[in-house]
Amino acid sequence: MKSTTMAGFALRGTLVVAFVALVLVPWFSQWVYPIFVMKLLCMALFACAYNLLLGFGGIMSFGHAAFFGSAAYLTGLTVKHAGLTPELGILAGTLGAAVLGLVIGALAIRRQGIYLAMITLALAQMVYFIFLQLPFTGAEDGMQQIPRGKLFGLIDLRDDRAMYYLVLVITLAGMTLIHRVVHSPFGHVVMAIREHEPRARSLGYPVERYKLMLFVLSAALSGLAGSLKALVFQLAALSDVHWHLSGDVVLMALLGGMQTVLGPAIGAAIVMGLQHYLDAFGAWVTVITGVIFMVCVMSFRGGVAGAWAERFKRPAPDAPTPKS
Amino acid sequence: MSEIFGMPLSVIAGQTMLGLVNGCFYAVLSLGLALIFGLLRIVNFAHGAFFMAGAFVAWMLFHFFGVNYWWSMLLVPLMVGLVGALFERTMLSRLRRLDPIYGLLLTFGLVLVLEGGFRLLFGSSGKPYPVPDLLKGTVQLGFMVLPIYRGWVIVAALIACALSWWVIERTPLGAQLRAATEKDALTQSFGINVPRLLTLTYGAGIGLAAFAGVLAAPILHVNPSMGSDLVIVVFAIVVIGGMGSIFGSIVTALGIGIIEGWTKVFYSEASSTIIFVLMAMVLLLRPRGLFGREGSS
Repeated sequence: MKSTTMAGFALRGTLVVAFVALVLVPWFSQWVYPIFVMKLLCMALFACAYNLLLGFGGIMSFGHAAFFGSAAYLTGLTVKHAGLTPELGILAGTLGAAVLGLVIGALAIRRQGIYLAMITLALAQMVYFIFLQLPFTGAEDGMQQIPRGKLFGLIDLRDDRAMYYLVLVITLAGMTLIHRVVHSPFGHVVMAIREHEPRARSLGYPVERYKLMLFVLSAALSGLAGSLKALVFQLAALSDVHWHLSGDVVLMALLGGMQTVLGPAIGAAIVMGLQHYLDAFGAWVTVITGVIFMVCVMSFRGGVAGAWAERFKRPAPDAPTPKS
Repeated sequence: MSEIFGMPLSVIAGQTMLGLVNGCFYAVLSLGLALIFGLLRIVNFAHGAFFMAGAFVAWMLFHFFGVNYWWSMLLVPLMVGLVGALFERTMLSRLRRLDPIYGLLLTFGLVLVLEGGFRLLFGSSGKPYPVPDLLKGTVQLGFMVLPIYRGWVIVAALIACALSWWVIERTPLGAQLRAATEKDALTQSFGINVPRLLTLTYGAGIGLAAFAGVLAAPILHVNPSMGSDLVIVVFAIVVIGGMGSIFGSIVTALGIGIIEGWTKVFYSEASSTIIFVLMAMVLLLRPRGLFGREGSS
């Protein structure tokens, strides 16, 4: 990235300001509610992890809530019922989501495009029904009062400030990892497959294996976000595995901008903000989310990050071109 | 009374019949879905929402204007189908040159708007819709008792499927439709108005969904979320059957309905997941679907 350009300068400035603001949040809890910011961070990580698959792999999953929610339940199970420490809970959740990603991904990549979207949606619905019936999930009530515990047995996470910084550090680490993956040789092969699968195949790349690896990575990071969310709210609920959430995360990626690593985080902030402030209006949230969805698809397909790039006339180097 | 695997025959017959009723809903919905997909190359996520809208419009017509079931059966598909055609003309048609994923996303947005909208207007609780007088009561078949209304659902759904098949396979309009499905640019060059055909097809598919909604109104409680859970199941069925053939999607839907019914008898815990397990198995053994054509991704 050329830091001398206007766009690079503006981007870095914004990132620094955002970072400083995020670090300061717990010290100004009378103005911003730290729990809300924690939820926002989890969702931002979830959206960026999802977009790794959609934006860079060109693979549209419509069932990512399955990974987010399964990890939340698994973390709850290990921390609450097995009495393990939170870092092990997060690890268990993330690994569980990765394994689920391996199974669902292996089935889903047998088809492409629109079929793949339907398959992931259907398999995620199956995961939903399984969690609805399993004895430990508390069905409609959800798994409640998951203890936050002590990180490494030392740092008490019941303190909101400690919990906040854990979430911040893990979210930033996750996003850095996504950034590294996108700009790695692996990431470039994945984008080559997205652009022209037969050509990538003819160059000798094992296309299926690359797709599956990307799927598992995206699932695992989505799981990481879900595990964190379970600890923050001390709750794993059916809404975490519901298709509504799968739809929300697609909207976040679309609204924020699928061509960029951090765009979906902006989308997550907008969607979460809307749901937070419109919560009192009940079903209006669904209607307004739907309208935003339709407006985005009709006339804002580049998302916020796309509009940003347009504004500064910098062609996004990794921009996926929508196939016609 | 005889038994199969320790289950009385009447229980099995009863669940087969219930499964067949569900299978009929699946069939009418997946027929419309396959019709729309064939021509527009769009997976219509809003199919379940229009099914729900059909049931609600029938309920509203009955409740506010006293329109009876039989008139609803005619009027509701026309009204909801017209709304669908308008949606296609004004919004969906603009996405025609883009990745079909955008069509799925647009219709998903519409699902949220419709579901949220009906929830705002009528709340989340189910609204009862009375069974018409003519179809009340039961018939004793000897091995089981058949509620007349459920028998009627099976008959009506099969008539709708047969009628659709006849229109598609035996009429000039159907011939144009099949031609446009195969080669739309070539069909257009013969002077056939393909964009109008697309709108018509979308409207007809939505009309079928609304018809299924009217059929379902007296059985299911009319509520805003009745469509979305159903449409996910129908998606799985479409993956199992493959969207290549109309006949294939109907047969698959009926078969899946019956298998689901039997699962309720023998292992009820799995009845909500069996369809998805079947889908996973089909993907492993025959990825393009039971009736899918070679080369369709």
